[in-house]
Amino acid sequence: MKIASSFLVKLLVLMMLTTATSTVLAQDSNSSDAADDVAEKVSEAQKMGENYLFEDPNDRKTFLKLTAELRCPMCQNQNIADSDAMIAHDMRRKVYQLMLQGSSEQQVIDYMKERYGDFVHYQPPVTPVTIWLWALPVLFAFVMMGVFLMRRKVTPEENIEAKLAAANKLLKDD
Amino acid sequence: MKRLTWFMLPLVLFLGLAVFLFQGLYSNPKDRESTAVSNPFPDFTLPDLMDESVIYDNSVFDGQITLINVWGVWCTTCAIELPYLESLKDQGYRVVGLYYDQDLDPDFGTKTIERVRTEVISTLSKFGDPYAFNIFDVYRNTSLDLGVTGAPETFLVDQEGVIRVHHLGDLNERVWRNKFAPVLAEIEPKATSSGTESGAGK
Repeated sequence: MKIASSFLVKLLVLMMLTTATSTVLAQDSNSSDAADDVAEKVSEAQKMGENYLFEDPNDRKTFLKLTAELRCPMCQNQNIADSDAMIAHDMRRKVYQLMLQGSSEQQVIDYMKERYGDFVHYQPPVTPVTIWLWALPVLFAFVMMGVFLMRRKVTPEENIEAKLAAANKLLKDD
Repeated sequence: MKRLTWFMLPLVLFLGLAVFLFQGLYSNPKDRESTAVSNPFPDFTLPDLMDESVIYDNSVFDGQITLINVWGVWCTTCAIELPYLESLKDQGYRVVGLYYDQDLDPDFGTKTIERVRTEVISTLSKFGDPYAFNIFDVYRNTSLDLGVTGAPETFLVDQEGVIRVHHLGDLNERVWRNKFAPVLAEIEPKATSSGTESGAGK
């Protein structure tokens, strides 16, 4: 009984899914010829290098590194490898094209920075403004170390005098 | 005295942090310095959106102040700003569209140029047509060269083809007053003087 009912539920879900997809497909074919569209899409994608084929595995590594390091200007906290924004697609394609044209890693980064500013690279350059990113933690560490040392010095001295006196007194009493 | 400083320290730190975070509430994370401003408009050779036999290049900027509006029919904000752009056209400004579509994007599907044109015509007839003409950025290379992140974006290009303003987002009266009008006031008188200078040079 239980098995039969679960089977029925599955069948029902399956039926709903099929009708849903078929309506979606129908809508698609209404707006454009769906089958042609998909085929065209795939070939277009391959033509435009959306699969990004590299002959040299090192180039592939560089490509993956670059797309992970370059920041999407639209979805600000994603890199262009993760982002699905159109601009990220365009930038990935551009990175690929530039690499095929023989640009080095740094040249690709410079190309993007020229257009989208330092913002576009996750590794910020050292400038008078950004130097604080490195300086502040170090400064903080030094200041806290200073505070720590100063606080420690004061207390033990008094204690030692008092303790010495107490110890001496005990020794004498003995 | 010393006790007082130690007592005040957390308070001062807290106030400093509060001011810093408060500022963050009103800062726009998308507000970045554009790298395009005060650079010449990138070189391009692109067809007209409606007639691919007409080809434009950077000479379209010669001697005229131009507003380049980056847009597409798929972008809702672009449609909303069309009436305002049209009112600018009526005031005598030259508005040129830099149109781009998503047809190269495998995730958004491919469109035929005819379909793009019908959509453009129907959008423009519905919301208003501010454009002197539309340049079709077929592969979106010019948009990338301009540092465009999405649509709509508007550039003010002066008579020498130099970008003076780069605005991300929709153009409205407030943006026009704060961002475009001051620059226009600056370049419009300069136009005549630099015009005579180059004339004298020749």
